[in-house]
Amino acid sequence: MIWVDTVIQGVLLGGLYTLFATGLSLVFGIMRLVNLAHGDFIIFGAYVILVLVTWMGLDPFLAVLIAMPFMFALGYVLQIVMLNKVIGDEILPPLLVTFGLSIVVQNVLLEGFTADTQRIHAQELQIASVDLGVATVGVLPLLTFGSAILVIVILQQIFYRTSLGRAFRATSDDPVTASLMGIKTDNIFAIATGIAMVVVTISALYLGMRASFDPAIGPARLIYAFEAVIIGGLGSFWGTLVGGVIIGVAQVLGAAVNPEWQILSGHVAFIIVLLVRPRGLFPKAGL
Amino acid sequence: MARLDIQNLTAFYGDFQALFGVDIGLAEGQTVAIIGANGAGKTTLLRSIAGVLNNDAEMIKLNDRPIGDLSADQIMPMGVAMVPEGRKLFQSLSVEENLQIGTYGRNVAGQWNLDTIYELFPILKEKRLVSSTALSGGQQQMVAIGRALMSNPEILLCDEISLGLAPVVIRDIYAAFPRIKAAGVSVVIVEQDISQALAVSDYVYCMMEGQVTLHGKPADIGRDEIHDAYFGSLPSQEVGA
Amino acid sequence: MSQSSKYSVETKTRTSSIFGICLILLVILAVFVPALVSRSVLQDLFFILTMLVLAQFWNLLAGYGGLVSVGQQAFVGIGSYIFFGAIILWGVNPVPAVLLGGLAALALAVPIAFFAFRLQGAYFAIGTWVCAEVTRLIVAQWKQVGGGTGTSMPRDARKEMWGSEWIAQVFDVRASAALDILAYWLALVLVVLTIGGIYWLLRTKRGLGLAAVRDNLEAAESVGVGATRMKWVVFLVSAFGTGLTGAIIYLQKARISPDAAFSLVDWTAFVLFIVVIGGIGTIEGPIIGVLVLFTLQSLFADYGTWYLILLGASGIFVMLFAPRGIWGMITDKTGLQLFPIRRRLTISNKNNEKKGNENG
Repeated sequence: MIWVDTVIQGVLLGGLYTLFATGLSLVFGIMRLVNLAHGDFIIFGAYVILVLVTWMGLDPFLAVLIAMPFMFALGYVLQIVMLNKVIGDEILPPLLVTFGLSIVVQNVLLEGFTADTQRIHAQELQIASVDLGVATVGVLPLLTFGSAILVIVILQQIFYRTSLGRAFRATSDDPVTASLMGIKTDNIFAIATGIAMVVVTISALYLGMRASFDPAIGPARLIYAFEAVIIGGLGSFWGTLVGGVIIGVAQVLGAAVNPEWQILSGHVAFIIVLLVRPRGLFPKAGL
Repeated sequence: MARLDIQNLTAFYGDFQALFGVDIGLAEGQTVAIIGANGAGKTTLLRSIAGVLNNDAEMIKLNDRPIGDLSADQIMPMGVAMVPEGRKLFQSLSVEENLQIGTYGRNVAGQWNLDTIYELFPILKEKRLVSSTALSGGQQQMVAIGRALMSNPEILLCDEISLGLAPVVIRDIYAAFPRIKAAGVSVVIVEQDISQALAVSDYVYCMMEGQVTLHGKPADIGRDEIHDAYFGSLPSQEVGA
Repeated sequence: MSQSSKYSVETKTRTSSIFGICLILLVILAVFVPALVSRSVLQDLFFILTMLVLAQFWNLLAGYGGLVSVGQQAFVGIGSYIFFGAIILWGVNPVPAVLLGGLAALALAVPIAFFAFRLQGAYFAIGTWVCAEVTRLIVAQWKQVGGGTGTSMPRDARKEMWGSEWIAQVFDVRASAALDILAYWLALVLVVLTIGGIYWLLRTKRGLGLAAVRDNLEAAESVGVGATRMKWVVFLVSAFGTGLTGAIIYLQKARISPDAAFSLVDWTAFVLFIVVIGGIGTIEGPIIGVLVLFTLQSLFADYGTWYLILLGASGIFVMLFAPRGIWGMITDKTGLQLFPIRRRLTISNKNNEKKGNENG
């Protein structure tokens, strides 16, 4: 029974990793851009929420609603002034620019908030739990997992039910022909990054409420997110959920054996999946 | 009034010059065919009009407005729609979505909408939910034409519609042109298939090595002249004007 | 300039010959530098030399081989840890242990390449990073060399190091200063071998093949350049060199921990910015880049985080507005080439093409 409990905890942890990964997957799917600053933006988002909660005394869930449009605008502007200029066939420019961003964001946070660990406080929510019969789980992890599913459902709706979603897919297929349809591809990319930043903000809320954070932990979140995306297969949101869950379960199982093995077992699971299925579990044709 | 007025158009791909001073006019409701061998600059011409390639503003005028320096997403809403070479359907979109996205930059009421496109090409209605990759070449071309028509354009640019299609399919597709023209749209057709081009057009330009070498009404142009304009080194001449 | 050099068979220019002579004189001078400068200057020079080697190897990978790795810290880390392990566990003398460090990095590069070569582009980059993380986490479990907290080099090993006694006598310095001098010389040898070796490689037929691999993998395969083999060679050679450098760096530091030895910022981020700011895809670029980094560090290191913010911003700025770096701007203006090699299309040409397509 202890193993069932462990696996359930792992699945729920996977919900958090799925949230980390969804923004990355969205941006990659549309513009083939891997944002190396993605993890640092999550931490940045957590500090934005922290400021709203501690300085303005807002409820975390209200703070995240305020942070969302701000983060959307930030992503939009970032894409227009910087990232659109480096998208293209060459690999190096986007990697280096986002790597530079990663260093800048980390150190701006360090300068502004020091290296002290912080936490977004949500009173009783942090300790609340429910008994599912087979296992007792925290309300917060459950909420995280539910949010991950909700985010994916909403993104799927946007992608496959709206005119904007058609424009996303068309631009991803062929930007030149998309522009012949009157689609402003720069704008489409900026909206995509904006939406990714909204997802980043949601993941930042749960990251900050579940555990303490500091300016240096972004790169590790990027790696988990990246592993989930690759395991799932590029461009598949539901695949990303499966990838996130695999990493989560592997980490929790590893930690159950030896606490020092938690992170390592996640990486090992990733490497094993990739050796067996080089294109991930649910590869999309043409990607 | 000239819908489209192209004067002394030059175009470059990087350092490579593809057009050397091309003059072309298109009147309202007129269909103009542009013929020429591979590499004559026909596609470059269309890409310049559509805004995929940028030029000096004054080189291309749409309804007397200089548009040469505008980008494709700016020109399309003004009523210029393109059927690109190789069809270029969006693979991630279904047939119907490919048609719908044609109105993304310009959504005006007019003769063309999903229903009338399905009337024009009934087979597309049957296939409306399948992925565009599951269609035959001819059906794909129909989607590409329908997609361009969906915005009810003033000018329709068609690049190599017949490319890679069987003669019988080409005939079917060109059979739709009278109905398309009847809606009052001006059309520019770029073709290597000369007979189809001559049959549907009101005026013909023949291009070679980035220049117009011959132009005139189809009825006034003889086969030999076209042959010379294609392969020979005739100076630019107007026939029967 | 690119047009003419594209077809030229001659590689030497008059400037490059003069430069070559100056370079030889400079190296000879560098050998005697420990007698002339203070210990802190020598440590600065050591920093410059080791970062230069790391930068040259990363440039070989990314600039010539098209393999953008952000996991080079794996090789610095494993090189330095096997170096320490050999000294502490097997009693190897530190100087030959450096070589073991390099060989360990080479050995680690084989499974990493096997794994990471399945990934393309950006995914290759993060894939190498994951491998470095895995290596760090495993090494942190290695209790005999201090586990997660690390360890110091035993006093005996420092004393008995080959050459240190002789150096101490000749220069009349204490053992710790002698260690700096020895490390400096090792770094100097490594710099000369690295730059010489890379220059030689790029001038051979294989080197030309490298540029082909970078520019177009499929095309390179179709004309018979063994692209896959070339990628392996470049990756393994870079790993070996990076591992040697890691060992030498920690020979000088004499204290190691997993977080420091596998630091992404120290061994990959800095290196990356050196190459990009200096000018990627050239031998001259990393040399200029390392001097820029050193200058920035001397001026701003006291400001800690601001220094790193400035560095990150400079990298972004260069990538956006001068993607060929400082050396690229210099060659554009002057046509200067100090390490002439026949080159294919330069990046500036690619940018022109891009501008043409951008309208679409």
